[in-house]
Parts: sequence; structure tokens; C-alpha cells
Amino acid sequence: MPERLVVSASPHLREGVSVEKVMYGVVIALVPALAGSIYFFGLRAVLIVLISCVTALATEAAIQRMRRVPVTVADGSALVAGLLLAFNLPPGVPLWMPLVGSLFSIAIGKQVFGGLGYNVLNPALAGRAFLTASWPVHMTTAWAAARAGTLSGAPLQGVDVLTQATPLGVWRTAGAILADPASSTHQLAQAREVLADLGSPDTAMHMFLGNTGGCIGETSALLLLIGAAYLMFKRYIGWRIPVSYIATVAALAWIFGGPDGLFTGNALFHVLAGGLMLGAFFMATDMVTSPVSPKGMLVFGVGCGLLTSVIRLVGGYPEGVCYSILIMNVATPLIDRTTRPRRFGEVGKRA
Amino acid sequence: MPLGQSLGAPAEPCVRIGDAVLVGQRIGDASGFVSVPVHAPISGKVAAVGRFPHPLGSERPAIVIEGDGADRRHESVRPPGDPDSLSPEDIRRAVRDAGVVGLGGAAFPTHVKLSPPESKPIDLAVLNGAECEPWLTADHRLMLERPAEIVKGLLLIMRALGCRKGIVGIEANKMDAVQAMRGAAPAGADIEVVPLEVKYPQGAEKQLIDALTGRRVPSGGLPMDVGVVVQNVGTAFAVYEACHLGMPLVRRVVTVAGTPLARPANYLARIGTLVSSLVEQSGGATGEVAKVISGGPMMGVAQATLDVPVVKGMSGVLLLAPDEIDWRAPDPCLRCGNCVETCPMKLVPTLLEKLVAAGKTDDAVAAGLQDCMECGSCGFVCPSRRPLVHSFKLGKYLSAERRKAAARAAERTAAAAAERGGRA
Repeated sequence: MPERLVVSASPHLREGVSVEKVMYGVVIALVPALAGSIYFFGLRAVLIVLISCVTALATEAAIQRMRRVPVTVADGSALVAGLLLAFNLPPGVPLWMPLVGSLFSIAIGKQVFGGLGYNVLNPALAGRAFLTASWPVHMTTAWAAARAGTLSGAPLQGVDVLTQATPLGVWRTAGAILADPASSTHQLAQAREVLADLGSPDTAMHMFLGNTGGCIGETSALLLLIGAAYLMFKRYIGWRIPVSYIATVAALAWIFGGPDGLFTGNALFHVLAGGLMLGAFFMATDMVTSPVSPKGMLVFGVGCGLLTSVIRLVGGYPEGVCYSILIMNVATPLIDRTTRPRRFGEVGKRA
Repeated sequence: MPLGQSLGAPAEPCVRIGDAVLVGQRIGDASGFVSVPVHAPISGKVAAVGRFPHPLGSERPAIVIEGDGADRRHESVRPPGDPDSLSPEDIRRAVRDAGVVGLGGAAFPTHVKLSPPESKPIDLAVLNGAECEPWLTADHRLMLERPAEIVKGLLLIMRALGCRKGIVGIEANKMDAVQAMRGAAPAGADIEVVPLEVKYPQGAEKQLIDALTGRRVPSGGLPMDVGVVVQNVGTAFAVYEACHLGMPLVRRVVTVAGTPLARPANYLARIGTLVSSLVEQSGGATGEVAKVISGGPMMGVAQATLDVPVVKGMSGVLLLAPDEIDWRAPDPCLRCGNCVETCPMKLVPTLLEKLVAAGKTDDAVAAGLQDCMECGSCGFVCPSRRPLVHSFKLGKYLSAERRKAAARAAERTAAAAAERGGRA
């Protein structure tokens, strides 16, 4: 028998999940979308992703060294942040932007708060918000046409095709024309035509596959869903946040998103458009910045959906996923406080 | 033979070095209501009275008996009367005199559980055959080999409690035990044997009652608050032995298991047997052993030495190989919520850990710390290997210390006031 035995508190067995397994699980889940982005947007997408990831890893290591704490770049969390930031950038941005954004994500979004587990905001989204606020023109107009992009927006007179070439951008412009009393009959007819085109099964299929304009990693619902299914299968993410998020957006889009009054909106279009798939499955589900209780996760998801819909339907930006999640990140401690599970055998008192 | 084997005060030794003792002879007296006597598990001579390694940690009072191999019984080992005509009071006395405690692990004195206050009528006695933890098969074995005795013990428990109905809950992966227990239940009595969903922690008292009856023990309450008393099947067997044979609790079934072991087995072991000799009996370790646990893998206590005795509450001895234990330091909490989702008491383990770490034990108690039964489910699912249960144990300890300190301070204030009053 051994002379020395390990003495530690129970439990003595563990399931075997680890931070690394979760983080590299997310990386694996993002691979299909990454492959898709290379197919749709070419080598420039690779370049942006590479710059973003390398910067994230280097920043994490450098700051941890400065803080004199163990360097844990191998845990995969910085890599995930770098990847997700790149996925949130338009393919046409100048190459210094992923570098600056990634630096901000890790340094200000994560390490300033104490590193992994302590950050308030999703680091990738913090970086994206920083870039959007600082260089809005690059962040909102640098769309590249997807490889076989069918979304033209061309019938809209006087609209720069490239700058509006995301489905949500086109949808928004058409909506604005319809709502403008000064629009001519011709313009109105065109706008209707565009909306009909956006709502067609053909467009839906292109959006589902990812063959549209948009940020590098957000366009293909199919490839993102494959990754999400993997994460759910591995139980690294739960269903509550993404399902409640997407369902809320779908419901509100259907109720309020139509040009002809209530209940005429196109729910499918709004679910497939913009960054919702990427946001709902890969960023709102970020464990560190979302609530811990099952009920809290539902509240969080519904809140994200509500804010996204408000921004998309009545706000000033065409897309609201990023800010919605960031706002709900900030609300997370409050949600945690108010959604504590009812204890086993807890009597009355708390409503 | 440790003098403290149950929750509650340890027994007072009533033999001296050199005394000859016989099997079943009392060697330590109970020292309060929540305390039970201990008895000599073998015949022989008292070799030492002192402090020796105890499976619950450090060294504790114990009596060492050098066996003579004759295994002669003491004259006090005789039935306390006709078992069928024992009154509830007789049963409680016999059970207490026999040193019976809960054998599921907590080792709470059984006669206390059989003495509910008048204000809490009991209408149901539950026998726990759900096996408290993975790896442990002691209860399973006992149900297969001694079903009739267990049922007789249950009938005595029911009579002591004044209740008509008894339920035996057994996890559905042990249908042979369900069959055996059903076969042993007499036709006249209202005894039901219920197969339960296989899950951990099904054998936890409150979860078991919920699964069997749908009654929920209130937070901070006891099963008697919902009219139920739960006893482990092993305890029922001990009650049978105490009331039918007058045999004190000097042996129990112990599972000896683990991958490094040549021949895992269940033993009907005398209390006081050294764990090292049980391991030897099982053929010793074939591989490297990194951890030895008293109890199961989820709630058991890691041992620093194999030279600890079997105690009444020891349901198993588990050996783990180096590759089965986690050597890595914890990572920061990811807030993944796995612990919240898994907690059977519906607590927020990650919050409790942070509160304890911040020294806010009062806040932790307000958030339900005392409801935690330390089942280890949260630690099992934690990707960051946080020392969750460890911090809950610490928090409960600190909270108890603070309460004690507050009580002492109040006493001092009262004493000082009395003194001032006396002078005036």
C-alpha cells in the first residue's frame, strides 16, 4: 500500500468537463461557419480571422504576464473571443481593425475585470461595439458581396448597392420608403417588390445557406446551426437562451414587423437575417456573461429578443444583436438576483 | 472501537486496561439523550484506552481490544422479551441499549428518530434501500440475503412510531432486491415495496420522501414535519437484531470496492475492524492507490491512513487509482450554471461558494447553505473543478462557530449582569 494518500474534500469523482473542453468545443463548433466564410468571402476572411485570433492570444498572454498571474492562453477562451470578434466584422474592413478590436476585447473587455470568469461583457461584442462607435463607416458599409450574392437591392433608386447589401439593410431601406409619405407611387411599388423578394422562399434559402452580405461569420444559418447542434449535444450550451431569444425575435417580427399592420411581418426573414443565429447560439450563451439559473436564462433570452426587435424595427441601427446582448450582459447580476430558484421545500414568503 | 461513532456526544468508557470483555458487552456508556453506548465487537482483553485514528478525521477516543479468538458472547446478549409484545417504549430502549444508529452514513441515534414529539404524528415509515451512492452495494446485498429480518425490523419501527404504513424504496436497477423484499413482506401488514428511478441522489432522505409520497420536507425541517420517518435497510436489520436477539450493533455490511482492488466484496464486518485488514481480505491492491475513501465517491471522507476502524456509519471503503482522481487546481468559475441546474435542493452553489469565500457566512446561510446536504452533485458537474462542497462544509463550520461564540458572549453578559445585581 502507498505511503501517501491524497486527502481532499468530496466529491471524489468528477464528470470530466473542463474549461478547455468547453472552449475548444466552441472553437470546433465555429469551424463550419469559418469554412463557409472563406467560401463566401474569400481569403480576406481568413486574414481577418487570423489577425483577430493572434492579437487576442498575444494580448491575453501579455496582460497576464503584466498582472503576474499564470498565463492561461492555452485554455482556449481568448481564441474563442478572437474568433467571434472576427466573425462580427464586415469582410471589407481594413486589416488594422481586427487588430485594434481584438486588443480592446481582451484588454478592456476581459482582463481589466480580472480575466476569464470575471468579465461583465462578452469580450468579442465589447470589441465590436468599440469598433462600431469609433469607426462607424467602416463597420457599417464595408460589406463585400457574397460569392453568388443574389440580394441586390438594385431596384431601389439612388441606393448604393454595396453599402446596403445586407438583407436587413435592404429591408430597412424598403421599409423607410414605404413609411415616407413623400415616396412616389413608383418608389412604393419598387419597395413592395423588394420586400416581396426578401420574403421569397428563394431568398430565405440563400439566407439559410449564407449566400448573402453580412459579417464574416454570421451569414450562414445552416453552418451555425450545425455548430450549435454540436455544442448542445456536448451540453456545453443549453437550449434556454438561444430558443427564447430566437422565439422572441420571431414572434415580435411577425406581430410588429410587417408593412401592413399587425401580424403581417416575416418571422423567418428576421430569424435568418443579420447576426441573430451567431448571437443567439454563440454569444448570448457565453456562460460568464449570462445568468446561472434556468429561469434567469429564459429571462435573458427573452430580453435579448425584445431589445433586438426594438432596435431592428424602430431603432437607429439596422441590426441590434450586438447591443442587445451587451445590455443584457449588464443586466445579468440583476437577473441572477431576482431569478434565484425556489429552494427545495421552501415555504411561501418569497413571491 | 471508537467511542464516538454517531452524531451526538461520544460514549464514556466503562472498562479499564486489562479488563476481559465478551462480545456484546457494553464498554462505553451513552452520555446524553442524543448518544448511544458502544459494545465490544469481539471477546478478549482491553489493551488500550486512548486516542486513535478515526475515519472522520484526526484521532479520537477509542478502546482497543486484543481478541482471544473465542468470540464468546456476553450474558447481556439475550432477547429483551417476546418481540411481538414489545411496547414502543420497550423498542426504543432496546434499540438504544443496543447502540443502534442510522447505518446509511450519518449515524444519527435511531432511538431519537423513533421518538417523535407528540405534535408530529407519524403516519409512514420509509425504509431506504436506494443505496446512497454509486459503487456502494452494501444495502443491496443485505436486502438479498436478509429480507425477512429487514421486514421484521421495519414492523418494529412502525410499531415504535405508531404508524400503520411502511414503504421500502429501492432503485429500479435492483429488481432482485425488490422481489426479495416483496417476498418477505407478510400478507397482513401494509408494507409496500416501490421501485424508484435510478438517479443520484435518490437515497437522500428528502429526495426519497418526495419520490415516494410527493411530500416535500420544508426547508430547514425534518421528515417528521411531513409525518414520515426514514430508516436505512441496514438500520432496520440492526433493530431486528436488537429486539429479537438482544444483539447490540457490533457488525455491519461494508462494501469494499475500487478499481485497484483484486477482489471487491461486501463484508459483514465487526465494527472496529481495521480498514487495512478489509483491504487485505479483498486481496490487497493490485495497482497504485491514490485515494482511500470511507463511504462513497460523492460524499465519502478521504482517509490519510488505512489504519482506521470500521465505524457504525461506514457503508463502504473505496480505493481510487491515480488516474481516477483530479490532480489539477481549480479554474475560475465560468458561471455556466451546471451546479444550479443539478442541485437537488435547488440552491445556487456558485453563489454560496462566493459568499463563503468572502466571509459572508450569514448571507450564505440566508441563501440556503444549511439546506445543502453535501451530495457533491455540484462539484461533479463543475467544469472548473471548484471546491464547492469543501467551501460549504467550511461555511457551515464557521457559521456554527459564530453561533457558539455569540451564545458564549450572551452568557458572559448575563453572568456579568447577575454579578452586578448581586453586588447591588
